Amino acid sequence: MKKSHVTTTINGEPVEFLCEPQQTLLDVLRDELNLTGSKEGCSSGDCGACSVIMDGRVVCTCLALGVEAEGRSIDTIEGMAEGETLHPLQRWFLEEAALQCGFCTPGFLVAAKALLDRNPDPTETEVRYWLAGNLCRCTGYDKIVRAVLSAGAEMRGQ
Amino acid sequence: MNAMRYEAPGSIDEVVALLAAADGTARVLAGGTDLLVQMQSGLFKPGLIVDVKKIAEATTITAEDDGFRIGAAVCGAELGEHTALKEAWPGVVEAAELIGSVQIQARASLGGNLCNASPAADSVPALIAAGAICSIAGPKGRREAPAREIATGPGKTSLRKGEIVVSIHLPAQSPRSSDAYLRFIPRTEMDIAVVGAAVSLSLDENGLCSAARVVLGAIAPTALLVAEAADALNGSPVDDAALERLATAARAACRPIDDKRGTVEYRTKVAGVLARRATGIALERARRK
Amino acid sequence: MDGQTRDFKWIGKRTVRPDGVDKVTGRANFGADFSLPGMLVGKVLRSPHAHARILSIDTGKARVLPGVKAVITAADLPDIPSEEAHFGEDPTDFRYVSHNVMARGKALYDGHVVAAVAATSEAIAEAALGLIEVEYDILPHVLDVEDAMKPDAPLVIEDLITQGITPTPKKPSNIAKRIQYDLGDIAAGFKKADVVIKRRFTTKPVHQGYIEPHAVVASTSEDGQSLVWCSSQGHFMVRASCAKLLGLDVSQLRVMPAEIGGGFGGKVTVYQEPLAVLMSRKTGRPVKMVMSREEVFRGTGPTSGSVMTVKIGATKKGKITAAEATLAFQAGAYPGSPVGLGCMTAFAPYDLENVKTVGYDVVVNRPKATAYRAPGAPLAAFAAESVLDELAKALNIAPLELREKNAAREGTQAPYGPRFGVIGYVATLQALRDHPHYMAPLGPNQGRGIASGFWMNFGGQSSAVINVNEDGTVVVTLGHPDIGGSRASMALMAAEVLGIDITKVRAIIGDTHSIGLSDITGGSKVTFASGMAVVKAANDVTGQLRARAAMIWEVDADGVVWEDGHAVASSTNVGEFEPLSLAQIAAMAAKTGGPISGHASINAKGAGPGFGTHICDVEVDRETGRVTVVRYTAIQDAGRAIHPSYVEGQLQGGAAQGIGWALNEEYVYGDDGRLQNPGFLDYRMPVASDLPMIDTVIVEVPNPNHPFGVRGVGEVPIVPPLAAVANAIEDAIGVRMTDLPMSPPRILAALEDKL
Repeated sequence: MKKSHVTTTINGEPVEFLCEPQQTLLDVLRDELNLTGSKEGCSSGDCGACSVIMDGRVVCTCLALGVEAEGRSIDTIEGMAEGETLHPLQRWFLEEAALQCGFCTPGFLVAAKALLDRNPDPTETEVRYWLAGNLCRCTGYDKIVRAVLSAGAEMRGQ
Repeated sequence: MNAMRYEAPGSIDEVVALLAAADGTARVLAGGTDLLVQMQSGLFKPGLIVDVKKIAEATTITAEDDGFRIGAAVCGAELGEHTALKEAWPGVVEAAELIGSVQIQARASLGGNLCNASPAADSVPALIAAGAICSIAGPKGRREAPAREIATGPGKTSLRKGEIVVSIHLPAQSPRSSDAYLRFIPRTEMDIAVVGAAVSLSLDENGLCSAARVVLGAIAPTALLVAEAADALNGSPVDDAALERLATAARAACRPIDDKRGTVEYRTKVAGVLARRATGIALERARRK
Repeated sequence: MDGQTRDFKWIGKRTVRPDGVDKVTGRANFGADFSLPGMLVGKVLRSPHAHARILSIDTGKARVLPGVKAVITAADLPDIPSEEAHFGEDPTDFRYVSHNVMARGKALYDGHVVAAVAATSEAIAEAALGLIEVEYDILPHVLDVEDAMKPDAPLVIEDLITQGITPTPKKPSNIAKRIQYDLGDIAAGFKKADVVIKRRFTTKPVHQGYIEPHAVVASTSEDGQSLVWCSSQGHFMVRASCAKLLGLDVSQLRVMPAEIGGGFGGKVTVYQEPLAVLMSRKTGRPVKMVMSREEVFRGTGPTSGSVMTVKIGATKKGKITAAEATLAFQAGAYPGSPVGLGCMTAFAPYDLENVKTVGYDVVVNRPKATAYRAPGAPLAAFAAESVLDELAKALNIAPLELREKNAAREGTQAPYGPRFGVIGYVATLQALRDHPHYMAPLGPNQGRGIASGFWMNFGGQSSAVINVNEDGTVVVTLGHPDIGGSRASMALMAAEVLGIDITKVRAIIGDTHSIGLSDITGGSKVTFASGMAVVKAANDVTGQLRARAAMIWEVDADGVVWEDGHAVASSTNVGEFEPLSLAQIAAMAAKTGGPISGHASINAKGAGPGFGTHICDVEVDRETGRVTVVRYTAIQDAGRAIHPSYVEGQLQGGAAQGIGWALNEEYVYGDDGRLQNPGFLDYRMPVASDLPMIDTVIVEVPNPNHPFGVRGVGEVPIVPPLAAVANAIEDAIGVRMTDLPMSPPRILAALEDKL
């Protein structure tokens, strides 16, 4: 089976890879590029653990093909911190203890970043509905929502 | 083993040619939120995937004099960001925006939702209630068909081999007119509709209903346009009595099944409730226009 | 050190957890994140039948498919005898574990593994599965407890004789065990009652719902040593199970604990691990096996569905005179439901003279039930706390007052025998009474319910090693996988005892070669037992530090005490010495006798029972039956909250799971015995928009048996919510729901029955 050659941008860097047409973008990130921060929880788009930001929108990589990355810009959890400086969301998740097992955390951080990029001052309800596609079984969501609201406040300079 | 091919052509003509030449396992890829789920679950292994997202006609929303032309592969999130479309057809937009999560919204499309032909598709009742017309390209050229005629049964469409829905046209909204879509799900998000109800209505200068379309989803093999429910509204002040007649008509029209998402009895009851509530919302919106 | 009452330097502080940065950057390695060169992909073939005899398995075509390196069936595993295995909170049998991992003779549920392959790619492995030809003789199946208990029911395990019945039955049945607990005289107790309420309840199985599917990588070298990388709730359990199931020496296996993406009891057993080890041994190559979500649902243990009857009688003044429960739990395909624990915990929050609880462990053609957070207790509490609520209404006494009048206290005899020591149940009731939620006004169609819960909490084997580095920093090596932030708590305890800054302490989980045996992470034991081991190891270290200081000062060791991170002369009689910090002593370690390392291996006893009481407000849409939880408060006695944020997190997480269990989660089977909703779309766990903020109150009634007063907290929170939600619904719409889940169609039907 002939592999496709894909040229894309991941976390701001140009990246090339080979993949088979039926490989999902999640497969490619994890198995070809060793970016294992995005997780596989369900392969059906129901849990959000595989979320990345693609061309400015948060998507489930389990429901995108690797070949679709061609010419696109992809931001994964691995690119969220800038060097040694954590993103405010990452810091607030730690501060507010918004993670227990941590498996869903990358997906939540990416989705929350997409929210704050678009809506810097969301209400609690807006945060909850935006994050409805990210499943967490450990926290009951309370501290996650608080962390997102706190990060938003900090990013607005409050 | 599956030797799946992936093509991302730049024109509709190329798409049609690829589909026409392929066997029955060719599929169109817009957002992939149904197709990839089917592939991942092992339900279906396509031989050829034709990605239409490089084609402007399939991925743009254009406001025209006589309404809106929406590319079949435009994602739900983009629909929600189109102020004029939201203003004219809030029901269609909210229906599309109910599909899945924010992540799904970044990919799922009206074309995909329509052509996947799930009886519970969220956008379909709203499209039908709005009188949406599909522009279809095929080996024999272009044709048009109302959205209502696309799905013929669960997972089945009236599209012939090589055909693809390129765009969907919504008419310009009339004065004192609006639409609404409600669905019932057990949680607040992330469920397939147990029942869906779309209502589009217009009011005359006296505030009486001059036109109405009521479409129910997830209560039959395809979305149902319920003429009797519309009759209950037409000419009426959309008061409690009219709403009661509407709910009765809605319930009477239901032909649902029992499955893991709902029973016949439950779906029927809730269809009446949602039809009534969706009418109320459409009415409020129409009054504000 | 008196851990009961002092002010603490670190205990109770909300420090950032040591493994946190890796988790928020995606760097942390979970089971599926590990790869080795030359790795094969392992996949299993699962029975599509709920109950079938396996007549033959022909693997010939699969074996010769290019890229396939191993194909195994039950024939490749030793046929081991029955032997009790003690890992979780309920013992199991290694023979059943083996048969569950790979079916032998019969497939007992839709999803039961019948064969496995290892191949050079996932696609080839899947193709190979398609080439394995299994001949089944389909048998009638039985899914529900009451059906399975009937005399003419199809037998799941053909030679299963009920234990716990005298005389021993001659005929086999699906009832694996009958268990009974008694206190006093139940008949006399009911005679004294002015009001008696009896109700029947049913529940469906629910899954633990961890977001990370099971994953393992196993690699075997030519000397027969296998390295296993997996996420589990117990790497020593994985080691022991693989050794037993494959007939290996325990020391031939080295199990490395990956980070674990949730367990809640579901990962206290093995599924793919023995298969991956076996196939790596056969092929000489690493084998990776990761379950799909569908496999997690079809093949791994949910907790039991049940049928329960509870009867409680009380005087008109509100004194409970008798409480009785009969619980029948689905064990799934092999014996071992948590019905015994359900019997023990059902009435445990109450001081009762007359109690009788009877439990039946019943096998059915479903996946083998596995522990789920306080196994058995949420079910029993759903029934008991619902009846208590009804009793309160019948007596015209507030539900809170009924509980206060009958509350268990120090000295109360628990229904399962022991007398409680110092406990905090009453404190949770008091905290509820004082909480603004309790008296907050309700809106239309809203209702409020309260419910209590109990979990005995466990101790168990635990090992800890504390190594002092030459610069005075410290590494604490623990033996239990960290599923909720225990590394943070252990670091805090070590820092507290050693008297050093928390930033100088690193806590890691050692693999099975590197740390002493430690029981599974479960039973709410880690902060308690591992904490005890850490404190003991830390005391071992401070003892050594004192001895070193004594050597340096040339005084007797008993002339030196450890205070605030320093060796200090115990009195001026000993001499005038500048205190020596840990770092200073560490720098001189080589000269004073060598590396300083403290160690403890214990079997921790004295776990303090935990109690919680929750308040739930719901709003019901009467036209659709949809229930929304609009406010929730969880109050629990933690003994001592080592890291309050993580204790709160346990309360909130357990409450959320309980709410999902109460409202929408269930396994849906067809008449053909096949699971219809093996995915997150139709197995409906709560999403963020389904829940409000979950307020928490941590009450601290220290456990006298732990150096810091710790009581386990992880399991109690899931016990009250089922009844709290049911009681709130009753308050809102006047309908008593007795069948879970209380999904919208059931609520609507109940409302219409009421009319």
